[in-house]
Amino acid sequence: MGAPAPTRLRADWRIDTMNTSLADSPLLEVNNIEVVYNDIIQVLRGVSLAVPKGRIVALLGTNGAGKTTTLRAISGLLKPENGFIREGYIKFNGVDITNQLGTDVVRLGAVMVPEGRRVFKHLTVEENIRVGSVTRRESLAVIRENHQGMYRHFPRLAEITNRLAGYCSGGEQQMIAIARALMAAPQMLMLDEPSLGLAPLLVKDIFRNIQVINQELKTTILVVEQNAKIALAISDYAYIMESGKIVLEGASRELQDNPDVKEFYMGITQSGRRKSFKEVKSYKRRKRWM
Amino acid sequence: MSYFFQLMVSGIVVGSIYALSALGFVLIYKSSRVLNIAHGQIIAGGAFIVFALTVWVGIPIVLSFLASLVITFFLAMSVERIFLRRLIGEPIISVIMVTIGLMSILDGVIYLTPFGSMNYSFPEFLPTTPLSLGGVSISWTQLVGVVITAILIGAFSWFFKSATLGISMRAVSDDQLASMSVGISVPRVFGLAWALAGLSAAGAGAIIGNITGLNYETLRAFGIAVFPVVILGGLDSIIGAVVAGIIMGLIQQFAAGYVDGNWGLNGTADVLPYVILLVILLFKPHGLFGTHEIERV
Repeated sequence: MGAPAPTRLRADWRIDTMNTSLADSPLLEVNNIEVVYNDIIQVLRGVSLAVPKGRIVALLGTNGAGKTTTLRAISGLLKPENGFIREGYIKFNGVDITNQLGTDVVRLGAVMVPEGRRVFKHLTVEENIRVGSVTRRESLAVIRENHQGMYRHFPRLAEITNRLAGYCSGGEQQMIAIARALMAAPQMLMLDEPSLGLAPLLVKDIFRNIQVINQELKTTILVVEQNAKIALAISDYAYIMESGKIVLEGASRELQDNPDVKEFYMGITQSGRRKSFKEVKSYKRRKRWM
Repeated sequence: MSYFFQLMVSGIVVGSIYALSALGFVLIYKSSRVLNIAHGQIIAGGAFIVFALTVWVGIPIVLSFLASLVITFFLAMSVERIFLRRLIGEPIISVIMVTIGLMSILDGVIYLTPFGSMNYSFPEFLPTTPLSLGGVSISWTQLVGVVITAILIGAFSWFFKSATLGISMRAVSDDQLASMSVGISVPRVFGLAWALAGLSAAGAGAIIGNITGLNYETLRAFGIAVFPVVILGGLDSIIGAVVAGIIMGLIQQFAAGYVDGNWGLNGTADVLPYVILLVILLFKPHGLFGTHEIERV
């Protein structure tokens, strides 16, 4: 295939593809951040992205591209891994949260669902969800009502409130992790690979849930995924990362039709034929975006 | 038969004190995986604070008991803040070495006070005639000690089962990264674990001091005596600490009452708990209530 020059869709999409009223400052603004681990290993090399209020934004890329690091940088969880934001800044709701503590970021309203779900295995489903409200200062009644709301949202969890979360299935654990994060009443929910290790049918379920959360609770969503197809299907805008940089961005609808994205992230060639996985991989090694 | 019940009652008294002493040890291990070698010193410190407030300052013992709980709560919290906060994320062996250092420092401080070299005993504030029922007798001091222990243990169980803060402390012991992601401040939880450990240690110290008198070596030895208890109970289980404490107390009393002095055996009360500990660990290597790693296949 004669690869077309990689299109950089940096057109002003906010005006282009969305309501112009959204053109004011985004809820989350990541500006040119560089992250180093152990003062030496540079993982992010100038990542910028914006998440407008009320939207679903996807961050795509392969293993080791720096997606998880980006999320951790936003949610203040670099420190346990000895990471540090060396350059650039992150603003949430206009407040600078660069190198801020995780607790404070949650209090400001940005909560992350970590990769691999990370439920509290030795706590019951009920306790797992309850822990999510630890930063809130409202009355117990409000929080209880919120807790019941989670059970309405995920009816399956209402049936297993007393089970230890460690013994729940992968799909149930993903629901627990999302409910737990939502108990902090966040303005923005960040999900790190919600599809990881789940059966395709469950993946669909989880993503449908994410859409519902976005529409009903008006929660802004930033989702990190390797499964480009489903993430592009539910998101409004997407960024693609490779080796610590954003290499492509655009409205999700447009990216879905982008031949490069199709080939590298969905395994489909221009002619529409599905490529064998092996072919995609070997070809990819030679391909450079920038 | 009444001899049997007498031994059982004193076994429960001793055991509940073991349980309360072990509780603080378990709290610290559970949240931060640190073995606090200086635990015995904190127990002794709690007892001395109650004595100093009651006898030297002249506050009623009930108030000085409560005051000592508050004082050790904040003292232990500052110990964590000063010595251990900066070690979060360092290898666990360095942290344990620090608690050994802490033990020496506390030893040194206590030897500077009169408590290091002198024995004291609490003034009697309860009726001295023991309570007796069907040939089984228990002193008022022991009875009140057991009741206070039960109240403290009950309060702790409620806290970890039903309070959001208590549940979040268990969450930290389960998965630190996930706890941070929901906004729990892990250092603050460690501080709280130390504070609560200090509080329970002071409670235990005051009760032991009232029953046996204040002797630094005896009180300090409880820091070592809790080891078989916590290992039997499972290092990170609060119920485990309580059950194992009572089992250990009973074994000791029965050994002292039935075995010692017969068949030319002596001092079995000190050895038998360890023998039983080894046997139980053969069959339950995590201890009676220790956490098993949950593995889903």
